[in-house]
Amino acid sequence: MDLLRIATAGSVDDGKSTLIGRLLYETGSLKEDQLKHIEEKSASNGLDHLDFSLATDGLLTEREQGITIDVSHLYFKTKKRRFIIADSPGHIEYTRNMVTGTSNSDATLLLLDARKGVIEQTKRHFYITQLLGIKKVIFAVNKMDLVGYDQNVFDRIKEDIAHLIQNQNTKDLTAYYIPLSALKGDNLLLKSPKMGWFSGKVLFDLIENIAVNEPPSKENVLQVQTVIRPKLAAYHDYRGFAGKVKSGSFSVGDAIEVFPSGTKTKIKSIEQYGVNQEQVSQGQNATLLLEDEVNVSRGDSLFTPSNSIEFTKIINAKVCWMQDKALQAEQKYLLQFGSKKSLAKITDVSERIDVSSDGSKETTALGLNDIGIASFQLAHPVLCIPYPENKNLGSFIIIDINTNNTAGVGFIE
Amino acid sequence: MNILKQLEEEAIYIIREVVGQFDKPALLFSGGKDSIVLLHLCHKAFLPARIPFPLVHIDTGHNFPETLTLRDKLIEQYQVKLHIGLVQDSIDQGKVTEEKGRFASRNSLQTSTLLETISNLKLDACMGGARRDEEKARAKERVFSVRDDFGQWNEKLQRPELFDHLNGAIHSGEHIRAFPISNWTELDVWEYIRQEKLEIPTIYYAHERAVYDREGQLMPVTEFHQIDPNQIKVQSVRFRTVGDMSCTAAVLSKAEELDVIIEEIRTSTYSERGARMDDKRSEGAMEERKKIGYF
Repeated sequence: MDLLRIATAGSVDDGKSTLIGRLLYETGSLKEDQLKHIEEKSASNGLDHLDFSLATDGLLTEREQGITIDVSHLYFKTKKRRFIIADSPGHIEYTRNMVTGTSNSDATLLLLDARKGVIEQTKRHFYITQLLGIKKVIFAVNKMDLVGYDQNVFDRIKEDIAHLIQNQNTKDLTAYYIPLSALKGDNLLLKSPKMGWFSGKVLFDLIENIAVNEPPSKENVLQVQTVIRPKLAAYHDYRGFAGKVKSGSFSVGDAIEVFPSGTKTKIKSIEQYGVNQEQVSQGQNATLLLEDEVNVSRGDSLFTPSNSIEFTKIINAKVCWMQDKALQAEQKYLLQFGSKKSLAKITDVSERIDVSSDGSKETTALGLNDIGIASFQLAHPVLCIPYPENKNLGSFIIIDINTNNTAGVGFIE
Repeated sequence: MNILKQLEEEAIYIIREVVGQFDKPALLFSGGKDSIVLLHLCHKAFLPARIPFPLVHIDTGHNFPETLTLRDKLIEQYQVKLHIGLVQDSIDQGKVTEEKGRFASRNSLQTSTLLETISNLKLDACMGGARRDEEKARAKERVFSVRDDFGQWNEKLQRPELFDHLNGAIHSGEHIRAFPISNWTELDVWEYIRQEKLEIPTIYYAHERAVYDREGQLMPVTEFHQIDPNQIKVQSVRFRTVGDMSCTAAVLSKAEELDVIIEEIRTSTYSERGARMDDKRSEGAMEERKKIGYF
């Protein structure tokens, strides 16, 4: 059995939470006591149907306003697969939470309202999925019950989406289209008799079968999180460099280099939680013990020298800005790349991307929810690979040094 | 990698980030299955060294004795330091007042003792075994969750959390709560306990116990609540979560072995926290408690 991480996207009121609540219900993932609670709450709110959004909108203010403010993580499984769904908010004000949900997902379920079709927020969210390199996007045209299950409506929207995809710089994207009604349960688990004209897979089939196997990246990089030095007599000379294999793999005997010191050495042994291993690969934590006594500390990287790895103090990146105070030249921020941090000065903010046309405008500042291009001058060199080439090494967060908040996210160009 | 392995890798990455980013981290240890799993993960994360931070147990004084016995055994086994914050001390010092009423519980009183303990020990990061699948407010929580000077959770202004870049930057006086097993489900925890052969308190296994019916839940008979003897029955039960004795209900069960328990949970039509009276007090019972600093 494998695990699929899906994020929802789409505008406010497109029915994302209702759809996810319904999926939980239909797969038997809502337990009796949770269902009873939804029944009682729906009845006391004067509804003649079950309000499945109550299964995912967990905050009191969300339930009060009937909107999603922050990401809910939901867990369910079928006979074939396990799922983690990041149910994300649709409101533009909460775009940062949508990006949060999407950043740890393999696929996106992007909802549209059949009555409205492709709108600004569809374009914005689709743009973000592509900025983050999501390769599987399911376009779910919801509320088909409100347009009489009309095939023409669906076809027209599908055509608009195809245009949207064409206009954007997508890489290896597979798009899926499905007409449904989350409220009535059409085309979720079973083919809806009301949409006999639809020949594609129902939603359930789709998410159970989407393949998301990303091949491991070619660069071999382990970023050190902590140095293990047991203060025990038996391990007097033990120095283990523990961290995650961010990319590629390592084997015992590999020649490696330490960044930033530049020291070259070999891997003497590899441990995982005290047990010796011959090899470790992408996504695994490992403790590397080295042939020579070298100086390595938290935030440093151990890597196999390769042409595609660059070290730089100057970065150009696409930035998704997430706080009220605007991003402008001359400001200082702290950049965080996994366990590595460096102060940085903004040297330039050059473009603001218009997500609805995929064109861009010249600018000098990025405001809340803007996406644009900025240049950074770092205090320390970092190991740098463009995000489109390696998703595990090409991103960073931007921390406001006054508030400590995460002010934005950058994708190295 | 199988799913349990993936979850283990994710959790240990988070634990190492906590140790890498903070000066005085600690593990909030309740004695329940989730904190036992987390303790074991912490142990694995730093092998062959010892766990480089202490455990903190907030003791309501209403614990199941079985969890305290095991707690002390695990402290020995993992060679780790334990700090205990006593709710009784907070009561004696007049900082909190014991609840009144027939079903008084010390559950909500823990928050004050917890925050005081964090402040006394000058902790800047507290790891907990909370999981997102447990409860709807917990489903909203970040992996690194910032608590202000007053220990409060601001649910409307959580930091964006992107990829594996965990932002632990805080001001002095603030602390973070870190949740390494956020993405584990109840079944994952049980399967990990089986896989790693972890010892858990005996009350998780079926045993004979005096219980009474309270709003459809089987509550254990304790010295803390006076119950009409006619309502008390001895039944074969086990506990699915282990909290304070005054607010944790049992479920009818004959499962004396791990395999049987796992099968029971797999087919259960009731949710895990369905047996927690503390969550049932109101619609947003968990959220309200979290906002003021609860676990």
